Amino acid sequence: MKKMVLLGDEAIAQGALDAGISGIYAYPGTPSTEITEYVQFSKQALQDNVKFSWCANEKTAVETALGMSYAGLRSMACMKHVGLNVAADPFINSAITGAIGGFIVVAADDPSMHSSQNEQDSRFYGDFAFVPVLEPTDQQEAYDMVHYGFDLSEKYEIPVLLRITTRLAHSRSNVIVREKRPQNKPKLPTDPIRFVLMPFNARRRYKILLDKQPDLLKESENSPFNRYFNAEDKSLGIIVSGIAYNYLVENFESHKVPFPVLKISQYPLPKEQIERIFDECIEILVIEEGYPFIEDKLRGFLGRGLKIRGRSDGSIPRTGELNPSIVGKALGIEYKTGIKPPEIIVPRPPSLCQGCPHSVTFEALNIALDGYSTGRVLSDIGCYTLGALPPYNSINSCVDMGASITMAKGVADAGFHPVVAVIGDSTFSHSGITGLLDAVNDKSPITVIIADNLTTAMTGGQFSPSIGKIEDICRGLGVEEEHIRIFEPHHRKLNEIVQILKEELNYRGVSVIIPRRECLVTLTKRTREERKKAQAKKV
Amino acid sequence: MKKDIIISGVGGQGILSIAATIGYAALEASLYFKQSEVHGMSQRGGEVQSHFRLSDKPIASDLIPEGKTDMIISVEPMEGLRYISMLAPDGWLITNTTPFVNIPNYPDLDKILDEIKKFPNNIAIDAEKIAKEVGSPKSANIVLLGAASRFLDIDYEILKNAIKTVFYKKGEEVIEGNFRAFEAGRKIAFNL
Repeated sequence: MKKMVLLGDEAIAQGALDAGISGIYAYPGTPSTEITEYVQFSKQALQDNVKFSWCANEKTAVETALGMSYAGLRSMACMKHVGLNVAADPFINSAITGAIGGFIVVAADDPSMHSSQNEQDSRFYGDFAFVPVLEPTDQQEAYDMVHYGFDLSEKYEIPVLLRITTRLAHSRSNVIVREKRPQNKPKLPTDPIRFVLMPFNARRRYKILLDKQPDLLKESENSPFNRYFNAEDKSLGIIVSGIAYNYLVENFESHKVPFPVLKISQYPLPKEQIERIFDECIEILVIEEGYPFIEDKLRGFLGRGLKIRGRSDGSIPRTGELNPSIVGKALGIEYKTGIKPPEIIVPRPPSLCQGCPHSVTFEALNIALDGYSTGRVLSDIGCYTLGALPPYNSINSCVDMGASITMAKGVADAGFHPVVAVIGDSTFSHSGITGLLDAVNDKSPITVIIADNLTTAMTGGQFSPSIGKIEDICRGLGVEEEHIRIFEPHHRKLNEIVQILKEELNYRGVSVIIPRRECLVTLTKRTREERKKAQAKKV
Repeated sequence: MKKDIIISGVGGQGILSIAATIGYAALEASLYFKQSEVHGMSQRGGEVQSHFRLSDKPIASDLIPEGKTDMIISVEPMEGLRYISMLAPDGWLITNTTPFVNIPNYPDLDKILDEIKKFPNNIAIDAEKIAKEVGSPKSANIVLLGAASRFLDIDYEILKNAIKTVFYKKGEEVIEGNFRAFEAGRKIAFNL
């Protein structure tokens, strides 16, 4: 029996390698990044020739993984919850084409929005697409569910959604790992017509997808991950999903809950077990991390019948991450209030690193825009989003990947000038390029700053898909050569940079300004590694 | 045996090295453990904490229940106080006294230290200074781990082996420096 110490994310990655995966595709996003990063640096993955890519965005990742499944191999696409919005089109439609090689999409949700713009619950996507959802309780289940998920996917020729949340993604524990099984042999489909979603065929495939549902329900009812724990006290029945199960049992001596508990880790919801707990118990408490997905389904629109408590009815706070105390309180367990933190403590928000190239860009931008009314800098998602906070207060929006350029165009269309978009290099490749094309086609008077630090910095320095290609991409889209301005954002060049910004702010067309200097974090890491290599050579 | 520990500080202060060391030690001591970390945006100079749970029985929750923490190890004085509501009445606050000032409104340090002293079970040490004194200026975090080791219920040799494992890639010199930092912190805790 081999044991490893793994983060939840790493357990998924190791599970995939041991379950015979052939390709993993992702765009980095907290809390999902470490899954693909683990494969990237894994010797086992290298030996087995497992393909991995940091893709341009989640949509390209899911499509590539689907292509690999089409060719008979096991594949995975990994993303944070909001990434699944970007990949929703291929994800939903892949349920209709169906999979061939085992195909798992991992969505890592972020309740409490530790590093996100919202706390959407990916289980709704599984429901929406009519595909099975797996929701692990701990690192061991995360590992085991990858094997199980690939098998389920191949058995029913259907994509499987693996849903985790931040806490499991970034918590480490012991995991028992299995012997590696062989990868599939590549083979083109014998009936490729099923992947042609023209109306005549899409109607046929959609019916096939719906016809699979009773079998998927049976799988849930027989799933080793959905468990019914009977108990004496039937005054309450508890339905609990995923990681919330741990918070529940934490509240009881030897983890023994005095009420019947139905633990759910596989969807569609297991009907048989739910009927049983409804028949046996007087009242139901639903504990789930995320939205009240199970609770609202069970209560229905009219809410008649058995009393159901949970996040919707206010027994548990509607928003934010759960923990043992929140769950305990919903069960009426008293928690002694801890010592109150002294009032002198102040929050310490995240900030740009000392000497970060973005700080120079923001300083220059503030000077260049001095005299104009505020509210004309639309921005995006990355380290530079921290420019919204003091001391910079430079940017006015952060909505979704790529929205800086397109929203800036909208503001310009509304008649304002100058209008600025601030976007990073990686976000530009993710979803900025198409928006820039729109702006060029309309000759919109916007100044686009592509703050190029040569990496995907916020998530820890992954490959930036448009590295070395940004100005060529802009030229190709039709941005005029004289309005593509590139410089190194150094403090000593501040006046020069302000001058460039002012010139382009005055231009009534599309300008692209590229402040380019490597992220200090990746620079330090790279220098250290290079020094080490040089030393090793000397020895 | 059960130890619930919160390790706190500012992103980049070596919190994960403390957690990794206890993790390796737990593994060698055949204990169950769960360690929850903060990745992402907060790592950019923001407040970060790690929940570390150790036990000889299986552990359910990745998070420590409110008011049940046995020990807070803080690499930064204000950050230790931030999670004080998590501490059990008889829990220990083991903290560095050197502040990490990256915000304009950092409170008066003397007031912070006064608040720390209000706890009967506190060990407040200038870990930066001690690390420098033992010739390993980057090991303030391991000085604090040394102090915490008094309450960890893990064999001394096992902890030292874990330090070796964590800093293995950085070479013999770094390992020795961290050993000295560990010893210095441990000595302070035992001489209280």
